[in-house]
Amino acid sequence: MTAAAVETRDGPVMQVEGLSKSFGPVEVLRNIGLSFHAGKVHAIIGENGAGKSTLMKILAGHLAPTKGTIRIDGEPVTFTGPVDAEARGIVLVHQEILLAPDLTVAQNLFLGRELSKGLVVDDRAMNERAEKAVRDLGAEIDPRVVVGRLSIAQRQLVQIARALLVPHRVAIFDEPTASLTPIETEALLKVIDDIRNSGIAVLYISHRLPEVKAIADTVSVLRDGNLVATHPAADLQPVDMARLMVGRDVSKLYPDRHAAAAREAALEVEDFSVPGYASNASFRLGKGEILGFAGLVGAGRTELLEGVVGLRAAHGTVKLAGKPVHFADVHDSMKAGIVYLSEDRKGKGLLLQQDLRVNLTLASLGRFMRGLVIDRKRERAALDEAIGEFDIRAGRREMLAGQLSGGNQQKLLLAKMMMLEPEIVVIDEPTRGIDIGTKEQIYKFIAALAEAGKSVIVISSEMPELIGICDRVVVMRAGRIVGEVAGERMTENEIVVLATGATSEEAALVAELP
Amino acid sequence: MTDLAAGAGKKAQRSWKDMDLRAVAPFVALVLLLVLGAFSSPNFLSVDNLLNVLTRSAFIAIIAVGATFVISAGGLDLSVGSMVAFVASLMIMFMNSGVISSLPLMLIAAMALAILIGAACGLANGLITTVGRIEPFIATLGTMGIFRGLTTWLSQGGAITLRSSDLQNLYHPAYFGAVLGVPVPIIVIVATAALGAFVLYRTRYGRHVIAVGSNEDVARYSGIPVNRVRTWTYIIQGLCVAVAVLLYVPRLGSTSATTGTLWELQAITAVVVGGTALRGGVGRIWGTICGAFILEIVGNIMLLSSFVSEYLIGAIQGAIIIIAMLVQRFLMRRN
Repeated sequence: MTAAAVETRDGPVMQVEGLSKSFGPVEVLRNIGLSFHAGKVHAIIGENGAGKSTLMKILAGHLAPTKGTIRIDGEPVTFTGPVDAEARGIVLVHQEILLAPDLTVAQNLFLGRELSKGLVVDDRAMNERAEKAVRDLGAEIDPRVVVGRLSIAQRQLVQIARALLVPHRVAIFDEPTASLTPIETEALLKVIDDIRNSGIAVLYISHRLPEVKAIADTVSVLRDGNLVATHPAADLQPVDMARLMVGRDVSKLYPDRHAAAAREAALEVEDFSVPGYASNASFRLGKGEILGFAGLVGAGRTELLEGVVGLRAAHGTVKLAGKPVHFADVHDSMKAGIVYLSEDRKGKGLLLQQDLRVNLTLASLGRFMRGLVIDRKRERAALDEAIGEFDIRAGRREMLAGQLSGGNQQKLLLAKMMMLEPEIVVIDEPTRGIDIGTKEQIYKFIAALAEAGKSVIVISSEMPELIGICDRVVVMRAGRIVGEVAGERMTENEIVVLATGATSEEAALVAELP
Repeated sequence: MTDLAAGAGKKAQRSWKDMDLRAVAPFVALVLLLVLGAFSSPNFLSVDNLLNVLTRSAFIAIIAVGATFVISAGGLDLSVGSMVAFVASLMIMFMNSGVISSLPLMLIAAMALAILIGAACGLANGLITTVGRIEPFIATLGTMGIFRGLTTWLSQGGAITLRSSDLQNLYHPAYFGAVLGVPVPIIVIVATAALGAFVLYRTRYGRHVIAVGSNEDVARYSGIPVNRVRTWTYIIQGLCVAVAVLLYVPRLGSTSATTGTLWELQAITAVVVGGTALRGGVGRIWGTICGAFILEIVGNIMLLSSFVSEYLIGAIQGAIIIIAMLVQRFLMRRN
């Protein structure tokens, strides 16, 4: 131990040795040993459930380890809680946005640590310091604006600024780009690069491997609670990282698809507008086709499709198999054979406080009635079947939907909507926040749907995903459909040009990145 | 992390660990109260006293069954107390009008009218909150004032009394009668609760109520007609109020501007003490009945014993709701 003390100057800022964590009988982290150095970005990757977030929570003082030591500058420490960890210079930027939407940027930054002048809060000082803190991150946001009016990316920046306001030596980022577009991601990576250059040790958790490749100095891989590898990022390609995470070869993430021949139309949308979000959109979906919708966050893709299925007030023509239809509400479109899976799984897809059975049959209860009574036996049988068919990994049948991992929630949502036996499936961000193994399963499932003659619309912000599984991609910008790419022209560069309205040279720069 | 256990627990047996302590807590509390009552007074555990207590809890228990629906769907109805006064007043005025000469027919018509008015009052609450998109707290605060005001106006500040003693005699057994030794109000409580439990737990509508209360957006995205489901919970509440009125009128044969005052708070207390979450998504009909019993028994124990002045009943009931919430929160953390 004296050796560690001697090394203090050049040694790691933070270290963990033999770290284990158990919840009851389940060991979620086993004997983890890692070192984090000043001025380096250390990425930690792994599938959902691999133990990444547990590790982060231990490092930031939210959880106590079952076994093992945490050292700061070689000295063993025990955190009493997140506040204690912060006091020792360890800050965590949460994945979810945890800001009060009705308070201003400055009020949020200083929430719980307001600057005061005598008895009153010193708004002017807080506004000034907030403005500077945000500018340090390369953004211009008025500190007097309420957070509710900011974009998701701006809120993310505010959240980072808030975390970094505390004097810190170690900054932990938990999937900070999960809800950002490519351009916003690029900007954030620059911010992280600056933080690294100022001599902070950065821990970076992400699912997006090209991004990890771009920013990290060191990459550690967790799988099933074990540390399986730590390598310099320079030695690893994204495909190697994926293999290490999953434990098998995943070079073939996207399923083979047969080139689409000319098809009869399953869905035609003409001159369709969703007031405030999308105007005069027209597109056509063929039977057995997978049609992608690309665009920046806020381009109106979600709102357009929500309008089409009757979830939002809209006007325009919708034809199913050539016949004009009108959907007064989403119940009508479900009856007509269209289902929409929301990007917001937790908020609009599943009842997190209810069990799997209730969630599975919620949209299709009519099929489970015996007279006036719900036939629970048939519901349970359907759940068993869905768990098998969709590979939903649930420890117990009585689990609540909220206790499933993100990937399994998505599978349950898929299973729930498939109970309606739809002809047309609209999936919004099918793999957001989902690990690579589950992604592969979901892509296979989407491909199988198309193969079986169903038609699929995929809305996604991940361009490789759209290019990997779609036959054609429609691109939206600022509420309008600005183009469509297919075949040879279906490249990231082409999509970025359309989505941003940028020149192709600028777009090439962005597409290079994540 | 939970994925690790997949496969291992395929044939998961329902063990005691799956039992939701929050569902059991009100019944445990009821048993403890019975024990406490037995110690505090020798008369407490007599059959007569217990039947008497249960009978007196009928109004709140029946109204609270409806409140369980409203609250599980994420709503709230503050108007039930004044709705009782309003419906009962109209029912008595109808019977006093003498438009039907045959007494039994008159009674049946009056009961049907009460049911209709109760449903209509509920419908009004439902439409104001759903179509009018007004917070249920505010909407039913408004109708609470309206029903109370109309009652005061109908009674001109005094009482509305059933005049025909023949009708009174005919109607008398509906509250004071008994079947096989069980007072009619207790039978009505059990029947209302059983019907409520059937609808809430076994039917598609009940599932929709829970879904709407758990997360309105998820319900909407699942194709559930959220507004219709919500509106119906208020109609069910109105029907339960009407059933309570059917027991109330034969008991006193009279209403006044103060009839049913603060009953809404007692009903909400019974629902919450019974384990239903005020934020919606959980509904426990039998817990609600248990909650109504608890409220009445506490009052009864205070009357029979001399530890605490009976003038403190309101304070004790207020304390009960706070304690119940604390216990629920504690049990939720443990889960």
